[in-house]
Amino acid sequence: MHARTLALLAGVLALCCLGYLTLGARAGWDFILPFRAPKLAALLLVGASVSTATVLFQTITNNRLLTPAIMGFDWLYVLLITATVYMIGGFALADLPPLLVFGLTSLIMVAASLLLFGTLLLETRQDLIRMILTGVILSGLFRAGNGLLQRMIDPNEFSVIQVASYARFNAIDTDILPVAALLTLLALAAAWQMRHRLDVLSLGRDAAINLGEDPRRGYLQVLVVVAVLVSVSTAFVGPVVFLGLIVAAIAHVLTPVPYHAVLLPCAALVSMITLVGGQTILERVLQLSTPLSVIVDVVGGAVFILLLLGSLRP
Amino acid sequence: MASPGRAFRIGLVLVAALSVWSIFTGVIDLTPAQAFGEPGGLALIASSRAPRTLAVLITGAMLAVAGAVMQVILRNRFVEPMTIGTGQGAALGILIASFLIPGAPLVVRMVFATLTALAATFLFLAIVRRLPPTQPLLVPLIGLVYGGLLEAGMTFIAYQYDMMQYIQTWVSGEFSGVLLGRYELLWIAAAVGAALYLIADQLAIAGLGRSMAVSLGLDYGQVMGLALLAVAVVVSLTVVTVGMIPFVGLLVPNIVSRRYGDNLRRTLPLVALTGAGLVLASDIAARLVRHPFEVPVGTIFGVLGAVFFLVLLYARPRHAR
Repeated sequence: MHARTLALLAGVLALCCLGYLTLGARAGWDFILPFRAPKLAALLLVGASVSTATVLFQTITNNRLLTPAIMGFDWLYVLLITATVYMIGGFALADLPPLLVFGLTSLIMVAASLLLFGTLLLETRQDLIRMILTGVILSGLFRAGNGLLQRMIDPNEFSVIQVASYARFNAIDTDILPVAALLTLLALAAAWQMRHRLDVLSLGRDAAINLGEDPRRGYLQVLVVVAVLVSVSTAFVGPVVFLGLIVAAIAHVLTPVPYHAVLLPCAALVSMITLVGGQTILERVLQLSTPLSVIVDVVGGAVFILLLLGSLRP
Repeated sequence: MASPGRAFRIGLVLVAALSVWSIFTGVIDLTPAQAFGEPGGLALIASSRAPRTLAVLITGAMLAVAGAVMQVILRNRFVEPMTIGTGQGAALGILIASFLIPGAPLVVRMVFATLTALAATFLFLAIVRRLPPTQPLLVPLIGLVYGGLLEAGMTFIAYQYDMMQYIQTWVSGEFSGVLLGRYELLWIAAAVGAALYLIADQLAIAGLGRSMAVSLGLDYGQVMGLALLAVAVVVSLTVVTVGMIPFVGLLVPNIVSRRYGDNLRRTLPLVALTGAGLVLASDIAARLVRHPFEVPVGTIFGVLGAVFFLVLLYARPRHAR
């Protein structure tokens, strides 16, 4: 039953990929492919990262309204990059090997998010609205802090961070692709490895303990994976606030089961379809110059408000 | 409750001192002796420094007043015009006017901005009316998301019409562009803000809720409409002239009401003065922190305000509003 849904989604995704590679191509394959294939790969990676991070996050917070992006993870990453440039200089940063930079920023990101969201998520879990509001405000704080630091940086070095701080699916920097792909695949594999334990964790703290699962350890592991996935996707395309929310909500509708073995691939497929299909339509068919993230933000904001209002009905 | 009179007098002295400091702060060095002794000194003050200082004072005061009014009539401590979509609505209106009628005079843009700010606020109120009163934090949460949604819509239009740089000036507030002849619209905002003071008592009654206000003989709809119109005008004028400065309207009324209560007629002057002083201090900091460059004052307030918001969120007892 769900296998058919997944197969169907995979088919749609294949079509989207084909469309992305071929539509509007005025030159031969050997010319087009080196241009479009890495971008396609990046879109697929980002899609899988965002959806997986969101599903994991929603599992440990036990709420379908929360996503790492709404809680400010994305902007925290951008702020970390800016702070690094501010401290060691943009050119020094650009000179370092990308793998090292990536590994280091991901490490700091993991530590920072464990510190911040670990205390936030694991200690007080009753007052949901207050927590979401905290996340939104933190997100704004990171954003404003980032803006402030950017102004304090030498304009020449500023260009280094500008790449990191706004979502641009149509101008993806593919230099970091191999590193990012490796990290993402590792994190995705870790998430897949955890799929049965995630099913247990999603039952809530007490049930998890009864079934022999240490929730605290599970939550921490999940947060680590989430932090890595967020770092990778934000490094590629910048902050996308509502993508994860939308695709997780769609996945829950398409495959209404609590099993992560179904949910994770379904959300990933929906997410990749959204990105690749959306980008194909936007760039090649409608020929709009707006980044996809802007449209996702408009639609996602509305979806969020509707979900929030819907969740209040008894 | 303590009387705000003494605080107001002390504040007045402080703001006057800040104003003098502001006049002698800038890219070109200018000491009081030079201002009166050398040619061009007074001209610099008259054309640039004094207009800027006045613009900052009016903007700060009026944003704080608009926030206080918004908090009283929405009966929620966590809202202000720049976080619930009024400011974004105004910016959207200016944008729409700019490409519908290119080269439109400022007055036309103003009218557009006020109308869209009003529409955005009314839509927000319609959403808020459906929320359960037991969840006061939902109002600011939905407001923030709603404001972000409007801003994303604005970015969409700006991308299509190649106006991204253009909208930056309204989205991040700063005073570096203020010169003589470029800020005078703000005086209208000041007049509208003063008019709000005249209906402060009615606003306080409206803040008790519709049924209570009606049973006390207040024309609830009319007072609410007037207040929202005034807020929309003030916000639009500010956004047109200097851009969005977030959190002023949230921070100041909360600081003042903690000590002096919610009696608008008594506290509004102090709210205005505190707002003026706070924004002026931030603007001076914005000019000094990376001299001779400038940091947008909206950015500084974004950091300060967000931290304050978090404190407000966690410092209060859970059930208090």
